[in-house]
Amino acid sequence: MDPIDRIAPIVDNESAFRQACKRRLPSVVRVNTVKSTIRQAKAALDAESIDYETVDWNPRLLILDKQGPGNLWPYFHGWLHGQEEVSTLSAIALNPQPGERILDTCAAPGSKTTHCAALMNDRGLIVGNDNNLGRLSALRANAERLGLTNLAITNQDARNYSIKPFQGTSNASDGFETFDRVLVDAPCSCDGTIRKNPDVREQWTKKHMNSITHIQQSILQRAIQLTTPGGRVVYSTCSFSPEENEAVVDNVLTELPCQIMTWKPPNGFETTQGETQWNGEMFDDSLQNTHRVYPHYNDTGGFFVAVLEVTA
Amino acid sequence: MKNRRSSESSEQSQSNDGHQFDRLPANADTRVVDQRPTRKEVIHWWKDTYGIKLSVWDQFTFWEKGNGKLWVCADNLPAPMEIEALGLRILRTRQNHWKPSTNAVQRFGHLATKRRITLTRKEAEQFVAGNDQSLPCWDGEWGYLIVEHEYAGISAPIGVGLYLHGELRSTVPKTRQIPLS
Repeated sequence: MDPIDRIAPIVDNESAFRQACKRRLPSVVRVNTVKSTIRQAKAALDAESIDYETVDWNPRLLILDKQGPGNLWPYFHGWLHGQEEVSTLSAIALNPQPGERILDTCAAPGSKTTHCAALMNDRGLIVGNDNNLGRLSALRANAERLGLTNLAITNQDARNYSIKPFQGTSNASDGFETFDRVLVDAPCSCDGTIRKNPDVREQWTKKHMNSITHIQQSILQRAIQLTTPGGRVVYSTCSFSPEENEAVVDNVLTELPCQIMTWKPPNGFETTQGETQWNGEMFDDSLQNTHRVYPHYNDTGGFFVAVLEVTA
Repeated sequence: MKNRRSSESSEQSQSNDGHQFDRLPANADTRVVDQRPTRKEVIHWWKDTYGIKLSVWDQFTFWEKGNGKLWVCADNLPAPMEIEALGLRILRTRQNHWKPSTNAVQRFGHLATKRRITLTRKEAEQFVAGNDQSLPCWDGEWGYLIVEHEYAGISAPIGVGLYLHGELRSTVPKTRQIPLS
């Protein structure tokens, strides 16, 4: 089954959607404000004679006129990190604050994790977790190059994540039992990355998608359990599939004490509301407060983001 | 059963458990683990060696994992901690000459007031490629220097060079070496 054909009927301006899915993504970098400034990073690109354009809705993002920043001085210095524009939405929606304790359940290779760390001004703690040791080494390498001191890395299955390493002994004042905010950037069928990986169109199967929705649900459920009441959980994927997005969020609304928050994306960034029904299945009305991003809206990849508040 | 940080920690010294992160003791009086560097030694080492002010480290905690590998963390957390990584690996100790990491110098090297050496663009490219080079320009004390270059309007620390006998040896890790020229 073709994932684009499957989703096209619910997308406004279907032909623009199909056209955008065929275009290659531009090369985008995020300025790492832990080690640099926007001005400094731009001066470095000028020194390398690389043309760039600032993303109008996010001054920390620069679109380069050439692919890949890997062999450049500002990359070596850890001033830049290659990151797809749309994937910065997760950390922006999470809005982590300096000094807070944050968990990123599926962190590797770490673009969103290191973005969170930078939004925290490298203060407090963000725990980057991943169950895949090989991918964790990429997260470690990125974190070190970006110079982060507020990142701890764990290797657990996010579905039954244990906070024990951070609890300490019962009389310790420095341990903690819950996180202020948790990011679940869930493993998904990745059909939204079609502009980066055109092969996904041939490789995508409904069977595979169905096999991961239970994992997504379990990770999101555990994330809510690990969050302080009043705290925030962000659920995001790079999939268009309602089964992996609205249905997963709808499931936790009935199972656990949480609600969907209204959240406004940055000015100038276009999204559309989440679906409240799909293939005959009805979802809670509040799912319309989640956000879908289609490639033709902002010339990015596809994305889904839901912001939840834990209520008890 | 590990119980290295219990409140009734023994007067007897313990050996380092390289599999877990443990906090550095504040000073020699509170040291429990054999030869573990203390926080006081570490921050004074940065001041004495590179002129980095003691107050720079006020908001950070120091940890050891592995044999003499020190890490710096922005948060105050319970110890010991059995996790994969905690903050930034900054210093190799438990040997005659302590060695700062490339990433530590890139993050904190701009705060140093001594033992900084500036390379030309070509020399800097050689350094990042991992090549040792003859550079008879340093007349200070031999040892680990903060290597930097004038780049995009600032003095930007690149990494750590070992200066001996008129030669600057690159310690940029293989995984960080890239062809820039």
